[in-house]
Amino acid sequence: MTATGYVRPASIAEAVAARAAHPDWIVLCGATDLMVEAPLRPAPVGVVDVWALAELCGIAEVDGGAVRIGAATPWRDVVTSPLIAARAPILAAAAREIGALQIQARGTIGGNVGTSSPVGDSLPVLLALDATVELASPRGTRRVPYRDYPTGYRTTALAADELIVAITIPAAHPGARQLWRKVGTRRAQSISKIMAAALLRVEAGRFVEARIGLGAVANRPIRAAGAEAAIVGAPVGEATADAAAAALAAELTPITDVRSTAPYRLATVQQVVRRFVLEASSPSSPD
Amino acid sequence: MAELQPAGPVGRPVPRVDGVAKVTGAAHYVDDLDLPGAWHGATVRSTVAHGVLDAVDLDPDYDWTDVVVVTAADIAAAGGRNVVTLIEEDQPALVPLGGRVMHVDEAIALVAAPTRARALEARRHVRPRISARPAVLDTDAALRAEVKLYGDDNVFKRFVIRKGHGDDAAFEDAMAGADRIIEGVYPTAAQEQMYIEPQGMAAHWEDGRCFLVGSMQCPYYVHKAMKALLGCDGDGVVVTQAVTGGGFGGKEEYPSMIAAHVALLARKAGRPVKLIYDRGEDIAATTKRHPCVTRHRLGLAADGAIVAIDADVVMDGGAYLTLSPVVLSRGVLHAAGPYRCPVVRIVGRVVATNHPPHGAFRGFGAPQTTFPYERQIDKAARLLGVDPLAYRQRLALRPGDTTATGQELTFSVGSEAVLEAIARAAGPRPARDAVSAGGAPVRRGRGVCFYFHGSGFTGAGEQRIAGRATVALTAAGDVEVRSSSTDIGQGAATIFAQIAGASLGLAPERVRVVDPSTDKVPDSGPTVASRTCMVVGGLVERAARALGTRIAAWAGEHGRGGAPFAEVAAAAAAALGEVAETVQYEPPPGIEWDDATYTGAAYPVFGWAACLVDVAIDLDTCEVTVERCVQAVDVGKAINPMIVKGQIEGGTLQALGWGLLENVLYQDGKVANASMTNCIVPTFADAPDLETVLVEVPYPYGPHGAKGVGEIPMDGPAAAAINAVVDALGVDFDVVPVLPETIAARRDAWDAARRKS
Repeated sequence: MTATGYVRPASIAEAVAARAAHPDWIVLCGATDLMVEAPLRPAPVGVVDVWALAELCGIAEVDGGAVRIGAATPWRDVVTSPLIAARAPILAAAAREIGALQIQARGTIGGNVGTSSPVGDSLPVLLALDATVELASPRGTRRVPYRDYPTGYRTTALAADELIVAITIPAAHPGARQLWRKVGTRRAQSISKIMAAALLRVEAGRFVEARIGLGAVANRPIRAAGAEAAIVGAPVGEATADAAAAALAAELTPITDVRSTAPYRLATVQQVVRRFVLEASSPSSPD
Repeated sequence: MAELQPAGPVGRPVPRVDGVAKVTGAAHYVDDLDLPGAWHGATVRSTVAHGVLDAVDLDPDYDWTDVVVVTAADIAAAGGRNVVTLIEEDQPALVPLGGRVMHVDEAIALVAAPTRARALEARRHVRPRISARPAVLDTDAALRAEVKLYGDDNVFKRFVIRKGHGDDAAFEDAMAGADRIIEGVYPTAAQEQMYIEPQGMAAHWEDGRCFLVGSMQCPYYVHKAMKALLGCDGDGVVVTQAVTGGGFGGKEEYPSMIAAHVALLARKAGRPVKLIYDRGEDIAATTKRHPCVTRHRLGLAADGAIVAIDADVVMDGGAYLTLSPVVLSRGVLHAAGPYRCPVVRIVGRVVATNHPPHGAFRGFGAPQTTFPYERQIDKAARLLGVDPLAYRQRLALRPGDTTATGQELTFSVGSEAVLEAIARAAGPRPARDAVSAGGAPVRRGRGVCFYFHGSGFTGAGEQRIAGRATVALTAAGDVEVRSSSTDIGQGAATIFAQIAGASLGLAPERVRVVDPSTDKVPDSGPTVASRTCMVVGGLVERAARALGTRIAAWAGEHGRGGAPFAEVAAAAAAALGEVAETVQYEPPPGIEWDDATYTGAAYPVFGWAACLVDVAIDLDTCEVTVERCVQAVDVGKAINPMIVKGQIEGGTLQALGWGLLENVLYQDGKVANASMTNCIVPTFADAPDLETVLVEVPYPYGPHGAKGVGEIPMDGPAAAAINAVVDALGVDFDVVPVLPETIAARRDAWDAARRKS
């Protein structure tokens, strides 16, 4: 792979300027996707390398309990962050499953969001936790709800002159349960066959909040709106679990590819979401 | 019985002689070799499975300065033959103009350029034109022979084994005498070797001689193939093994193809050339384990004894014959299993398809036929309501029994010992039902498997090879072992040092095992077939003893009679110069084999093994966890227990991967998952704690009693694991691999069985 242009900006302002000046260049933020694909694709015209940009790194609490994660924050920092462990434990769990330690040291949350693969490990979690993506351009900064960010197969709401600056996870209700499951081709260093993440909250025996993010079952990470609708307002227990699973069958059309089959993906994501509902229904189970 | 040597360096976990260089990075694999002025090669390949090569066009708009292009025409022009010689000469090194393209990723032309990037770029500007023909992509289509790829029937090779009956009618009579018959059809999938180092070779020419160095198992296979391709005699080509990062059979035959290509490129370029495959190309183009379908009938007497065994084995050989007849041979010779049975009929066929040729992979046909009989025996035990392990103990071949080919077992029969070892190690079954950390129901099961594996070449193969090895005292006073057995990570160099050291009374580090090169070592035969320790190790032992005897005689003549070798070697070397002893293989007495009827002693000796696997299945996701895997293996004698256990653990994990995880996918004849991301093999996270029990029932004609170990751990664990899945779920799974998808597809059936039980 030989890119003809390369710039390593020293600040977000410089990065935004470089991005605006070279809208056909790609942004490098870890290169763990880029290098895998290097032999398979034409070399990029140029590279804006923001991986080591200090302003883009870091995990901090903001706005009364939300957690802001800089786009260039590597997964190792997510895995080891006490703040993430307390507020978004399923993001740490997802990060722990990404590649090997070396990949976790290089790969970043901004890179995962930017590549927007349907099997991006963190993306269902961002859906379940209702994250926001912060985008900067010469036109200013805007915040996009993550659920609106992926628009198709590896296409996103990112404009050609925009840079992903941070991901913000809002404070969850203290009573909410966070659940996550990855089913991969093997137990480590695997690409997912399906992924599911959920935030479920029960009050007085009924579900009052349900967000379910799914990966590898559509052309992009998606919220399971049908299943969520089947859960919210419904009582805890098997019937709701079954209803959620049935709703998934109506709203999902996963594909068969080299990693799994359509029937397996559907059946497994149904089983996993069903299990989430049952787990959240059980008052005794610890988080 | 051969006299067994006292301790010395044999039987101890001597550190690997190659270990430090490998872990420190000092070992040079072929791509690490610094070859001044070397260019880099790349291979232009077919994109269709079957067709005729009409033309090879070079892009007229491309700058071909500093690019060498080789086609089939270059071979004949230099007086060579366009063949990759192995058993037959049906496979060309490059498809000639007007010739048939037989598989996707078949080599059509070659390029070399000063850099790898330039070679890869130039490759894209070489444009083969191929008229596509209908392709044959499965064995049923091959056997219909509507499209003819090989002869009139597409059958590369057919074997029939008959025991206890004259013809098919007599066989059916015997089968009709069974109280009940268990029938099954058992497809097993291809498997990728996934050695850690992709294949590669480098070549340079000097004074009309071709020098090749690369990653390989069998330097003399390459040497033989190059003589035909280059039209030279044995001195015209020198083949040297570089440090090799794993082979598992994958570097048995294919390196001859890469050697052919890089030799042609280097000749035309007039400079050294390196041809190193990347992972995707390696997975797509090189050999894999033969996919196989076995139809099996097991006839049982009322008391559970086996009355008759009928196995029909069909393997997909791929586009060229390569080693397929030999793989099939080993497959059928193991297809009746290590069980007492008076009447056996085994029919094997390996057929031509338009897949890339399938080839050698650890086990070499035996894993494909072990899985069927071990599923059948398990079904029989279930049907009879008897313990599967006890049933195997009852039926196991013992000394005095005969195998399917009528070979009477007289020595080194570890069958009862390995089964007993598993019975002792088994322990109580874990709780059948459990709940995972995430709340999912978990169902557990236990499976066992019993199997054997012939050590060394089949039948008269070892006599035909007539392998030789040399042990020398050099003029400088060093002891050298010279053989063509390659260390491909399995520890051959270390055990040779131990064996020679034991014979000469030297510490293993005092023995140098020479890196195999065809101008420095005799032809010991290929590094395959679980033969390196048993056969070539035996040659090393004999050669070392002969050397010791000669030096002792010299010492006696010079007034130092009875002095240890180590004390007189330097003086002897100074006086005599180099003293080298070369010995040649001699078959054990009484080993008779009839190739025409496929009867007699198929192998000099068998290794024996049994395996127990406990699995836990997550019933939400159908993921199978191997919680425990115990394997007991009769290896005759563990020359180096650490290395032997390493071989067994590695082979076991490879087998568990084949059974439960791996899956080579073909689409229109092309490997659809040609990457390590998608063509997966187990990681350490997938590996259970592997328990290994070494059983030593010595082979009287092996070095210190040793027999083969390399392949046997690959044969059985897949069957044990799948038997365990069946035990857990109460539903038969008769296919390799059993993936979570396989299990999930039958959820209704096992859910019903589970609720009943």
